[in-house]
Amino acid sequence: MIGEKVAQAPASDVAPTLLALRGVGKVFSNGVTALSNVDLTIREGDFLSLLGPSGCGKSTALRLIAGLSTPTSGVLDWRGGGSLDRANIGFVFQEPTLLPWASVFDNVWLPLRLKGISRAKAAPAIKQMLARVHLTGFEDAVPRELSGGMKMRVSIARAMVTKPRVLLMDEPFAALDEITRFKLNNDLLELWQDERFTVVFVTHSVFESVFLSNRVVVMAARPGRVFDELAIEAAYPRDEAFRTSPDYAALCRRASDVLISAINLTAGPHHDGH
Amino acid sequence: MTAIENSPLPLDPEEARRVRQERFERIGRWVLPLAIMILAIWLWDRICVWNEIPQYILPRPGVVLQTLHNDAGLLFSSLLVTLRITFLSLALAVIGGVGLSVLFAQSKWVEMSFFPFAIVLQVTPIVAIFPLINIYVNNQTTKLLLCAWIVAFFPILSNTTLGLNSVDRNLRDLFKLNGATRWQQLRYLRLPAAMPYFLGGLKIAGGLSLIGAVVAEFVAGTTGQSSGLASRIIEAGYRLNAPRLFAALFLISLTGILIFLVLSLISHLILRRWHESALKQER
Repeated sequence: MIGEKVAQAPASDVAPTLLALRGVGKVFSNGVTALSNVDLTIREGDFLSLLGPSGCGKSTALRLIAGLSTPTSGVLDWRGGGSLDRANIGFVFQEPTLLPWASVFDNVWLPLRLKGISRAKAAPAIKQMLARVHLTGFEDAVPRELSGGMKMRVSIARAMVTKPRVLLMDEPFAALDEITRFKLNNDLLELWQDERFTVVFVTHSVFESVFLSNRVVVMAARPGRVFDELAIEAAYPRDEAFRTSPDYAALCRRASDVLISAINLTAGPHHDGH
Repeated sequence: MTAIENSPLPLDPEEARRVRQERFERIGRWVLPLAIMILAIWLWDRICVWNEIPQYILPRPGVVLQTLHNDAGLLFSSLLVTLRITFLSLALAVIGGVGLSVLFAQSKWVEMSFFPFAIVLQVTPIVAIFPLINIYVNNQTTKLLLCAWIVAFFPILSNTTLGLNSVDRNLRDLFKLNGATRWQQLRYLRLPAAMPYFLGGLKIAGGLSLIGAVVAEFVAGTTGQSSGLASRIIEAGYRLNAPRLFAALFLISLTGILIFLVLSLISHLILRRWHESALKQER
């Protein structure tokens, strides 16, 4: 019955395309095919999760989108064509990846500083961003004085301070405890709904992907490829009530089934769990 | 949190033992070496007296102290000469070491090509190089400086190069994503990341520059061209003036210890907020 919902036109269908990956493949010099023939359309305002087992190339896909790596085959077609402006991309790594010697304020300043914006001039934007991630009052703390969740908040603030059109996130909450992860999920959704940027979110958690996204793209490994896509129809805002709703459970089950099929596709007799 | 720690809670035996042990360790860190030192000096004094060792072979500690006082003018002016070479060469080692490592960091090719030369310079004993320097360089100060510099610059070069190259891969990607220039990456990422490594190298180089200065003076001093502490030692050796020899030795050691302590303090002050090495053990 949930499957029927897919037939209805999801809201994102009407949104213009932001980026289209066409036949994108990536082969590393050691012969490993990280990605093979990936077709994927990312629309303006999507919260799109790339869900899959380890080695399915979801992080590689993210690095390709970020421009940190170039595809072996295929093209990344940004809306309006041509090369992308990197100012339009924010990236959040799996680790907070902060400058350990710099204060929270200076860490968030970094992207602006690299664009030649002075500390004083950047201050309003930084203060505003820190307030958005609930870190007001921690401007002068250095990363080691913060908890894992707070460090991740700084990392998100740093990625968002340039007001990017696309936020790329590479398993950002994987290392956090569940309570912290739920909180950050909620805050991220709130931010996304207010600012309406596009998110590409890499995760191996079915529950997280279903909770956050309007689209879940399930990937399979060896070679990394797109296996299937699910539209998550549940309305936003999604809150703690949604997390315990039967709808959510049903959606998770469906996503989980697809993920299991994707894993089984990969798992041969020599499956070693990597 | 602190309120709880400060309140006199009834401690269980295990915790009480831990607190006691920590207190002993805090005191012991200072008291034990000091006590051993005093004991050693006392033993040295007793050995001189018991065995009736003549002063020109092994002077009693009191005599050394007396000499330090009597010859203060001579010894301290020599110390200043040695200190001047030491600090100048340390400064040059910092400039040269950091400069070269930044140059190396610009390109792997440069590093691959020139690093072996630095190693050759480092592993060749300075005493063996000095006669060559003596031939090629005329100016006395330049000779000594060059000598001390060769000894001192390598740890700075090697450590800073390591530091510049051990930047977190993701941070490097982050800079790339934000369109950082090469200079920005160096200024805001690689140099600060290399700071703990550099400071580690600086601590070693501080001691080495003193050793380099003294060794250089020694080699130069045999030809009677130097007026540093090393030449005082050589001079005192010829005249069997053991007390002055010991006094000069004492000054050199003291200088080395002071240099180390000052550099350690600088390192601590710079790193205390963020680097693991400078943090107190947290539980």
